Amino acid sequence: MGLVTQERRKERLDRGIKVRTEGIYAVSSWKEVAYLALPRLILIVGLLLLPLLIPSLYWKRVVSIAAIYALLALGFDFLAHFVGLVSLGGALFIGVGGYTAALLNKSLGLSPVFTIPMATIGGAIICTILLLPALPLRGVYFAIVTLMYPLALMRIIEALNIFGGTDGILGVAGFPNRWVEQYLIIFIVIFALFGLRRLVNEDIGLVFRGVKDNDQSVRASGLSITLYKAIAVFIASGLGSLGGAYLAHTYMWSGISQFALDFSVIPIAATVIGGGGTLVGPLLGCFFLVPISEWLRTFGTLRIVFYSVILMAFIMFRSEGVMVYAQRKYHQFQRWVKV
Amino acid sequence: MDILIYGIINSFSLALMAIGFTLVYGICRLPNFAHGALYVITGFVVWWLLNKLHLNYFVAIPLALVLMGLVGAAIYRFVLIRVRGMATSEIIATYALGLAVLEFLRWGGFKGMTYTLPVFIEGSIDIGGVPVDFQRMIVIAIGIVVVTFMWLFTHFNRTGLALRGMAQDEHAAMMLGIDSDWMAVIAMAMGSILAGLSAIALLPLGNIVVEAGYNVLILSIAVCIVGGLGSWVGAILAAFIIGFLQIIAAYIQSHFQMVVALLAIIVTLILRPSGLFGKQKELEERV
Repeated sequence: MGLVTQERRKERLDRGIKVRTEGIYAVSSWKEVAYLALPRLILIVGLLLLPLLIPSLYWKRVVSIAAIYALLALGFDFLAHFVGLVSLGGALFIGVGGYTAALLNKSLGLSPVFTIPMATIGGAIICTILLLPALPLRGVYFAIVTLMYPLALMRIIEALNIFGGTDGILGVAGFPNRWVEQYLIIFIVIFALFGLRRLVNEDIGLVFRGVKDNDQSVRASGLSITLYKAIAVFIASGLGSLGGAYLAHTYMWSGISQFALDFSVIPIAATVIGGGGTLVGPLLGCFFLVPISEWLRTFGTLRIVFYSVILMAFIMFRSEGVMVYAQRKYHQFQRWVKV
Repeated sequence: MDILIYGIINSFSLALMAIGFTLVYGICRLPNFAHGALYVITGFVVWWLLNKLHLNYFVAIPLALVLMGLVGAAIYRFVLIRVRGMATSEIIATYALGLAVLEFLRWGGFKGMTYTLPVFIEGSIDIGGVPVDFQRMIVIAIGIVVVTFMWLFTHFNRTGLALRGMAQDEHAAMMLGIDSDWMAVIAMAMGSILAGLSAIALLPLGNIVVEAGYNVLILSIAVCIVGGLGSWVGAILAAFIIGFLQIIAAYIQSHFQMVVALLAIIVTLILRPSGLFGKQKELEERV
């Protein structure tokens, strides 16, 4: 009496509405328009309403910090899942951006209107030049070099006692208005999210993915891999530097703690939890992790243990992340079929 | 004379730190970014065995080393095996593990007092007018023994040869009957034991601090990259280059030791990405 087992497998199919909304028929009915627009609208409106719904000033500040982390996480996700470069040093981007903005503000007396854009571009240029040696190589070199830079820069600033040494640069100009400060970063995050999504679907995004998946084919097409990697690093480090410059102006201070590990670990954890390669996942991951991190502030460095353990658990057992799963459920249904 | 003697000692310290990482990453291609954490754990375990369980120092050391071997094997068996082959995930998983351990120790383990291990033999001798204590001599001795042993092991032992075979071409190695998972477990266990051994040799020279974990990881990577992956000669030479540069830099400014390591990596990547003696997979590294 043998056990009768039937071989079955799960089959995934796109929902009809997804297939229809991919073409011009997207505008044929309200249902289809809503299918496309609602998730995006919920995200945008939710982000815009967030500061209004939160009463306490302290937690409003936390929302801004979460948005800064979100910029870093977007950069990390873009580099890791679209270009194939794993950056273990988000703190480098934050630190360079923060110090550039603070120095421009203190020594040249420029207002934040000028320092933030200048620190974004300048920081991106500096980071790209610093990371350039690792770009023509494959493998783990980029990860190693990005891991080392924040630690080394911290030591250099301490050793030479430049840029205010261990005290940092005090008295950086703040924002003129609390609401400007609050909404500026939220608009930047929304713009960065949709901008990057557009970018990776353009022609250049195709090249980026080529660099990740099959660099020899990119080379065979007569394109320089190093150049495209440099462009990608420029974009990602620009986002990070923008976050750093904003951070310096928010706290009216810039110091070596901007090279701290938190800035490197939280974006990675947020990306892995939120779902790599979706761009929106890391953003939501940051808005989930950073408040928890604030809440755990009394535990000191135990926070980093907490993220690291979550990060490991997700990468080992649920490496796809939350948003990849959610998007699959939204776009597809599955059923059992006989083999 | 100072520079010469302390340069030699520093170089052997670096070689000892890096040899475990060189074995695991350079030879077997498993990026173990928890290397520094293993180094610090060993120090803590030995301290704990000595001061809490009141074991003899020479009982505690082998016990700690066996424990480290088991930890290394467990890291492969429970963490790395799940993400094997995905370079990104391997790096992130081991780095997260190392971070978790180090920051946990920072939070719970190392507070208030300073933790030190006793030296093996007290006392010092004069070499050319420079006083050198016996522990530093022992570091050199252990360094020479370990490097020689590892070279012999990977060149004249079936297991050692299998490890190299696996790194060169995993599929071909498997066709010849080499169990690649088992080899990786062995590699990780040996790498962890070597990390532990270096910790036991080096930690009596100073305090056990969490920062050492990051420094050891970075210095090991620097030695591994400058020397070229998969080359023992290169690793030793790189340890000497970085070791002497560090001592010279320390005369100028003591904080520059880490900067030397970073500069060494950057210069190597620009001039000779495969390292001084890296032959293995030379073409695959370059795009």
